Amino acid sequence: MPPDFIAAWLNKNEIFTAMTIMEYWDGLVTTVQLVFLCLIIGLVFAVPLAILRTVKNPFVSGPVWLYTYLFRGTPLLIQLYIIYYGVAQIPGIQDTFWWEIFREPFYPALLAFTLNTCAYTTEIIRGAIISTPHGEIEAAKAYGMNWFMRMRRIVLPSAARRAVQAYSNEVIFMLHSSAIASVVTIVDLTGAARNIYSRFYAPFDAFIFVALCYMVLTFILVFAFRKLENHLLRHQRPVGS
Amino acid sequence: MLDLKGYGPALLNGAIVTIELAFLSLALALVLGLLGAAAKLSNSRVAISVATAYTTLIRGVPDLVMMLLFYYGGQVGVNMISDYIWEVYEIDFFFQFNPFISGVITIGLIFGAYMTETFRGAFLAVETGQIEAARAYGFSKWHTFRRVMVPQMLRHALPGIGNNWQVLLKTTALVSIIGLTDMVRVAEEAAKAERMPFHFFIPVAFVYLALTAGSELFIKWLDKRANVGVIQENK
Repeated sequence: MPPDFIAAWLNKNEIFTAMTIMEYWDGLVTTVQLVFLCLIIGLVFAVPLAILRTVKNPFVSGPVWLYTYLFRGTPLLIQLYIIYYGVAQIPGIQDTFWWEIFREPFYPALLAFTLNTCAYTTEIIRGAIISTPHGEIEAAKAYGMNWFMRMRRIVLPSAARRAVQAYSNEVIFMLHSSAIASVVTIVDLTGAARNIYSRFYAPFDAFIFVALCYMVLTFILVFAFRKLENHLLRHQRPVGS
Repeated sequence: MLDLKGYGPALLNGAIVTIELAFLSLALALVLGLLGAAAKLSNSRVAISVATAYTTLIRGVPDLVMMLLFYYGGQVGVNMISDYIWEVYEIDFFFQFNPFISGVITIGLIFGAYMTETFRGAFLAVETGQIEAARAYGFSKWHTFRRVMVPQMLRHALPGIGNNWQVLLKTTALVSIIGLTDMVRVAEEAAKAERMPFHFFIPVAFVYLALTAGSELFIKWLDKRANVGVIQENK
């Protein structure tokens, strides 16, 4: 049972009814879906792109550099607008099946977020790859490992350990950036709060509540990444602890 | 040549608004960052917990939500205060909360929290021997801070300040959502009216790119100056 004062406050409350709580819940589901999907897809593409970015040939690494430079140098909001408004302008798209997908605002937003997070993640992984100690690569070569095996067994696992902290920041950053999905009519957490704000003209109730929701999500992520980091770096822990 | 369909001057004004907003928020963020770092490094338990609560709170909440809260909530809050003043003192007081002010306050508050961490780390990087030596020479606390701590701390803080500035610059795009006619807002209106999204958003994207690239060069130059006389490893 909740304490009496909370029960009394909820009884008189016109804003936090079952209806609005459900609206927030749907928004939460949308936010989590959007962020989770864009992070997973972004990460899958970022690993090969980061490897290409470390290749010496400028015709291979150059385009990847250009991609990350453009997407890291401009605001995500502009990228979202270009994709959201721009897709409809592609000649002939309205006659293909792609239109069925891109007519919903969810998919243009997902595309924009994925491209953005993929650019940042590529640079994070690249930084981790180029700081691999030389000795590790030399040892792997001395053991006769070929390039592919070296990548898979030596370079990428040790890069993952070095990248995890920066990546956790990127994940939290993406969660926070996803709030702008609400400007292209997606009802995510922020979108739900904006709807409820405009219905009741109650800015504090509407926005402080979502702020708390985002904080809880952030702390869950921070906790999960701390666990992951401990797991990945367990060989560096002092003996006996 | 690029034909902006008569939106050119409006876009230019928008760009000026963006730059003004960015610089004012940076100034606020630097002040808040110094105060926050001073509080975190102080011996007062109250100051430490206030500063920790501030940085934790800011890092847990999206910038857009903060901005909406300050913009919509700020006006309601100010109205409540002015109603109260009217009832109690019968003084007519009204303050219009505009998007520019709420933008500066929100962005300044958010990046103040990040700057707090930057400055805290930078102050900790100054050797304690330097501070002890200054105190031994009879420098006052303020003098030690100004002549010994700040010049040496700046060198460590610059890369962090530079990174925060780059992110801040891109965050200013969000004020278009609360109705400030910055570059993004003008481009959005033009794109909708002319039904040419690429035509207006891509030039704006390039203005942001030019701003970030320009500040990158400037920060590199500052960094070089701040590091004069320091032998760099790995270079």
